[in-house]
Amino acid sequence: MSIKHRLREFKAGMEPSIKETKFMLGRIKQSPLSVFGIAIILFYIGIAILAPLLAPPTLKDPYMIPRERFYPTPQPPSEKHPFGTTEDQLDIFYGTIWGTRIAFWVGLWVVAASLAIGLVVGCIAGYYGGIIDELLMRFTDIIIAFPSLVLAIAIVAALGKSLDNVLLALVLVGWPGYTRLIRGEILKAKQDDYVEAAKAIGASDFRTLFRHIIPNTIYPVVIVASLDIGAIVLTAAALSFLGLGSPSGYADWGQLITISQNWIYGSSQNPWEYWYTFIIPGIFIFTFVLGWNLLGDAFRDILDPTLRRR
Amino acid sequence: MGLRSYIIRRFLLIIPTLIGVTLLIFFVIQLFTPEQRAMLYIRDPRQIADIDDIIRIYNLNAPLHIQYFIWMSELLSGNLGFSHTAHTTVVNALIQRFPATIELVMFAIPLTIVIGVYLGVISATHKDKIVDHITRSVSIIGWSLPSFWLGIVLIAIFFGGFGVFPPERLSISVQRYVTSTEFIRYTRINTIDGLLNGNLWVVLDALQHLVLPTVTLTAISIALIVRVMRSSMLEALNKGYITMARAKGLARKEVVNKHARRNALIPVVTLSGLLAASFLNGVVITETVFNINGVGRFGVNAALNFDIPAVLGFALFSGVLFIVANLLVDIAYAYIDPRIRLG
Repeated sequence: MSIKHRLREFKAGMEPSIKETKFMLGRIKQSPLSVFGIAIILFYIGIAILAPLLAPPTLKDPYMIPRERFYPTPQPPSEKHPFGTTEDQLDIFYGTIWGTRIAFWVGLWVVAASLAIGLVVGCIAGYYGGIIDELLMRFTDIIIAFPSLVLAIAIVAALGKSLDNVLLALVLVGWPGYTRLIRGEILKAKQDDYVEAAKAIGASDFRTLFRHIIPNTIYPVVIVASLDIGAIVLTAAALSFLGLGSPSGYADWGQLITISQNWIYGSSQNPWEYWYTFIIPGIFIFTFVLGWNLLGDAFRDILDPTLRRR
Repeated sequence: MGLRSYIIRRFLLIIPTLIGVTLLIFFVIQLFTPEQRAMLYIRDPRQIADIDDIIRIYNLNAPLHIQYFIWMSELLSGNLGFSHTAHTTVVNALIQRFPATIELVMFAIPLTIVIGVYLGVISATHKDKIVDHITRSVSIIGWSLPSFWLGIVLIAIFFGGFGVFPPERLSISVQRYVTSTEFIRYTRINTIDGLLNGNLWVVLDALQHLVLPTVTLTAISIALIVRVMRSSMLEALNKGYITMARAKGLARKEVVNKHARRNALIPVVTLSGLLAASFLNGVVITETVFNINGVGRFGVNAALNFDIPAVLGFALFSGVLFIVANLLVDIAYAYIDPRIRLG
C-alpha cells in the first residue's frame, strides 16, 4: 500500500472525528459560560507552566514553600510577598502558584490512572459478559454507592498520610465510574455492524477490542473523565485540608487553608486582619474547580444525544 | 405485586449489599499489617501486651476467607474493637456521637430538598430568563465551592466579624447546664431535648449554633437537586398532558404545581443515593470545620491518629447508614408512586 493511499485512508477515517470536533467547537462558542470556563483553565495552565518564572524556587524541592525568619503572626501582603505569609512565614504567593502544578498533577494523574483501570476492567466486563461481567459490576456498584470521601479517608488512613496515598485512594474510589461508562459503550458497540464484520473476517478478540471497538468508543468517555478533574481536585483539597494529604509546608492549596485555620478570627481591632491567609488559597481552589465545572456543564449538554440537533 | 411483597423483597436485597459493604471494608482492612489489625479485637488498652497472642488466636495470618469469617463473627457479636482516641469501644463512641450528626442533617436534608426543588422548578418555568441564569449560576458556584473553605469563610464573616452564629454545638454555659443533672438528655439531640425539657433557652442556643453548619451542608448538596429538577421539569413541561391540561383551561400555576412538578419529582428520587452519599461526605467536612463532635469528625480524628478500629468502624457505620437511607427512600416512593412497585 502506497503512503499516499494510506494518507488518504487516514484522512477519510478521521473525517467523522473532525466533523465532531467542529460541531463541538461551534456549540462551545455559543455558550459564553463554557468560553469563560476555558479561559479560566487556560489561565491556570499558563500559571502552571510559568511557575518557575512567576515564583522562582529557592529550595531543592520546588514544591516546598520557602520559609523566612520567624514572626509569631501571618504577615500582610507586601511587595516581597504579594499575597502575604502564613503563621510559619510560608509565602502564600509561592504556595498558590506552585499549588497550581500540584492541582493539575493530582487531577491528570487520578483521571489517567482511573481511566486506565476502567478501560481494562470495562473491556473485560463488557466484551466477555456472563458471570465475570456480573461479578465485576456488582463490585463496582458497591464502591460507587459508598460515600467516596469516607472510603478515601479509610484508605489513606490504612496506607499512611501522604499526597501519593491521597492520589491512590482517589484512583481506588474513582475507577468504577469509568468502568461502568466504558462497559456501557462497549455493550452498545458490540451490536454494531463493523464489529460483526471484524469478527467475520476472523479478527481476534484482542484486535476487535483494541483496533475496532475502543477507538470508536473511547472518545466521549475520555472527555467526560477529563472534565472530572475539577471534582477530583476538590476532593483532594478536602483530604489535604483534613490533614491526610501533603506534609506541612508543601505547596498545596488545601494544606494552605489548614494552616490558616487558626487565624480566621483576626485580632480585636480588626476581626478580618488575616483574611489573606485563607481567602486567597480558597479563591484558587474555587476558580480552578469552577472552570472545569463550567466547561463540564457545556459538554454534558453537547454530549447528551437527546439535546443535540444536527 | 403488592406494597408488602415489594417491601419484603427490598429488605431481602439489603443482605447482598451489606455483604458487599463488609467485603469492601475487609479489603481495606487487608491494607493493614497483622499487628495493626490485631487492634481491632482489643477491648481494653491493657491487652496490647498480648498482641502476639491476639494475632494467633484470631488467625490474623490465616488465609483470607477464614479471616473474613472470623472478622464477620466478631462484627455480628457487636465488637468493632477499642478506639484509643475515644477511650472507649468503637460501638460506644459511635453511639455517643451519632446524635450530633443527626441533629445536623435533620435540618440540612429537608432544607436542601425543599429549596433545591423550588429553585429547579422556577428555573425551568423561567427557562432562559434572568431567574434561570441566576439559579444556574448560583448552583454551579455552590457545586464548585470547597465546602471546608465555605465553612471557614462563613465563620470568619459571621462569628469573627459580627459575633453571631458561633461554631460547636452549644455555648459553654448552656453546655454546662445540659450536662448537669437538672437537664434530662432523652435523645442527646440538643434541640429535641430542649423542647422535651421545656427549655427554650437551650433550643435557641442550639439553633444558633446550627445555622452556619446547615448552610454549609446545604450548599454542598443543593446543586445536584437543582440541576436534575430543572431538566426533569423541562421535560415534563413538554409532555402532552401539560398541553392538554392547559388546553382544558386549568390555571398555569395549577398545571405547574400539580401536573408537571409531581411527575418531575420522580427522577429526583433516583438521586437519593447520590444525595445520601453527598450528605455523608459533607458531614465529615462540616463537623471538622465547625468542631461538632459527631460521627464524621470522629472518623477524621481516628484517621489522623492511626486509630484503625475507629476508622473501619466509621466506614462500616457510614456504609450501613447509607444502605438504610436508600432503603427508606425506596419504600417511601413505592408507597407514593405505584409504578415503582408494579414495574
